[in-house]
Amino acid sequence: MAARQAKLISGAFVLLLLCGANLLGSPEQSRGPRKPAPQATAASRIVSLVPNVTEMLFAVGAGPQVVGVSSYDDFPPETKALPRVGALLDPDTERILSLRPDLVVVYGSQTELEGQFTRAGIRVYPYRHGGIDSILQAIGDLARLTGHPADGDRVIREVRSQLDAITMRVRGQRRPRTMMVIGRDAGALRGVYVSAGIGFLHELLDIAGGEDVFGDIKREGVQPSNETMIVRAPEAILELHSGDPPPADVLQKERMVWNLLASVPAVRTGRVHLLYGGYLVAAGPRIGRAAEAFARVLHPSSFK
Amino acid sequence: MVRARLASILIGYGALALGACLLAPLAGSTHISLARALDRSIPFPDNVDAQIFFVARMPRVLTAAIVGSTLAAAGVVMQALLGNPLATPFTLGVSTGAALGAVLAITFGSRLPIGALASVPLASLAGAVVASAIVYVLATRPGRPISTMVLLLAGVTLNAFFSALILFVQYAADFTQAYRTIRWLMGDLDVGSFAPIVAALPLVLVALGIFACLPRSLNLLSVGADSAATRGVDVGLTQRLAFFSASLATAAAVSLAGPIGFVGIVVPHLIRLMVGVDHRIVLPASALFGAAFLIGCDLIARTALAPVEVPVGVVTAMLGGPFFLWLLVRRS
Repeated sequence: MAARQAKLISGAFVLLLLCGANLLGSPEQSRGPRKPAPQATAASRIVSLVPNVTEMLFAVGAGPQVVGVSSYDDFPPETKALPRVGALLDPDTERILSLRPDLVVVYGSQTELEGQFTRAGIRVYPYRHGGIDSILQAIGDLARLTGHPADGDRVIREVRSQLDAITMRVRGQRRPRTMMVIGRDAGALRGVYVSAGIGFLHELLDIAGGEDVFGDIKREGVQPSNETMIVRAPEAILELHSGDPPPADVLQKERMVWNLLASVPAVRTGRVHLLYGGYLVAAGPRIGRAAEAFARVLHPSSFK
Repeated sequence: MVRARLASILIGYGALALGACLLAPLAGSTHISLARALDRSIPFPDNVDAQIFFVARMPRVLTAAIVGSTLAAAGVVMQALLGNPLATPFTLGVSTGAALGAVLAITFGSRLPIGALASVPLASLAGAVVASAIVYVLATRPGRPISTMVLLLAGVTLNAFFSALILFVQYAADFTQAYRTIRWLMGDLDVGSFAPIVAALPLVLVALGIFACLPRSLNLLSVGADSAATRGVDVGLTQRLAFFSASLATAAAVSLAGPIGFVGIVVPHLIRLMVGVDHRIVLPASALFGAAFLIGCDLIARTALAPVEVPVGVVTAMLGGPFFLWLLVRRS
């Protein structure tokens, strides 16, 4: 539990790093996935180095075709039994090749790896992180590549309808100025990292009826100083944790950390919400669930 | 003569440091009214200006003052101890040891039953102590003066070794942990409350207290160990005190704010350019100017790209790097 508690930086934060659009990143860097060349046959042996793409593959019914996953995959549970082949920094090329894949999903920044597999005659899907549209586009692309186009369309429709339903539910509600925290040192108000005006978390917050207090900063995330947080004065704070909830006393202690910023409306009115769950920060088919979790704490009256 | 000069220089640099401490909290990315910040009639939770002043800016400025002065003074002592103008507080591996401690805490702290050591400041302090102890044991023989050559070599080697360990731990870490490590290495003065300052202060005060006893011996030592010995300096003791105090100061500063580079080398050289080489003046002047320098750098860090911050270590490097190169060119 302590481990979960200390691991305050979410998976979204990870992905900010992966796409290179963090502190000094420019908006252009967070473009959507490149379109793969159309292929004649569906991939039957897939290796995915990107956990949220693995999740997409399982969602469109391509799970049984996945033969290898990254070191960080843990969802869906079936991935735990699959061979691990490294990740962004340490892809095990030999192991990947030994699995005889006909499609490898890599990060868009793994250009050398992409070149290696292309030379070996293996199809590569270079995934890049972006907003909701690029997530849905990736789901569609992968569904087609793996021979499940109808399932892909169904998943996209479902996600869109989930998001639309949330938009409808919170329509007309006053939109609280919200700060979405995706990283903080455990037990202290240091190393706070927040979602800013680009990316799927920003878009989900918008759908969930929150006004992003850092929405004007066109980056995926920023590290604000205590002064900036006081000045931006969010009316609600959503702190996302990818792990399981800690024991009640630890949870209470972590929430109390925010009391330092006594003038911030969210602190004064008790609207500091610590949310736990891998789905909250996974850029994949569960974004509808994440948006609902945000909306439920921002607009509890809409869910009575 | 020296006393009068020391007094005038101390007053001058003291005024600069004090001025920086008093004025820096008034400036920032937002405008605040000091009168309102100090107005007790407004309840604290209602007083945004007071929040910004007391929670966001004061601890930051104080941290910058403490870290700046300790690193600058430690730089002076290290340069005298090692007889090398290129020495910094980080030369002997203290900061890399601290960094290894911090990286271990960030990566494994939550998974290992190491209690309070899981916190980054304590782990980095422990790392700094371990690194200093290793260097000390390697470089000293009982009853003999420390070989500065061995000290330097041991420090440089340990730096390289610990850096390799840090890379290895980072490789084993996940991306979030790797990012936190990188961010920690850039230095961060936004401590958020007075508690970390209070925790580090005893160590800093002990180190500064020892620094105060060293200048005369350091003056003689910088001429040469043999010459110092013939003039009554206990070379071994001076070296040990210098090593211990500089390491302690560096450890405290790094555990408080991360390894902020260049302060410990730029400030002493700048001060020497202005006041000469007498450690009785260089040491206190560096400590005071170091405080003002880091407060200034932090002011740039928190305002230049507001609301986004520039890591303060980047600012000190941007200012310090070119300055140091200029110094080198000028000397040659």
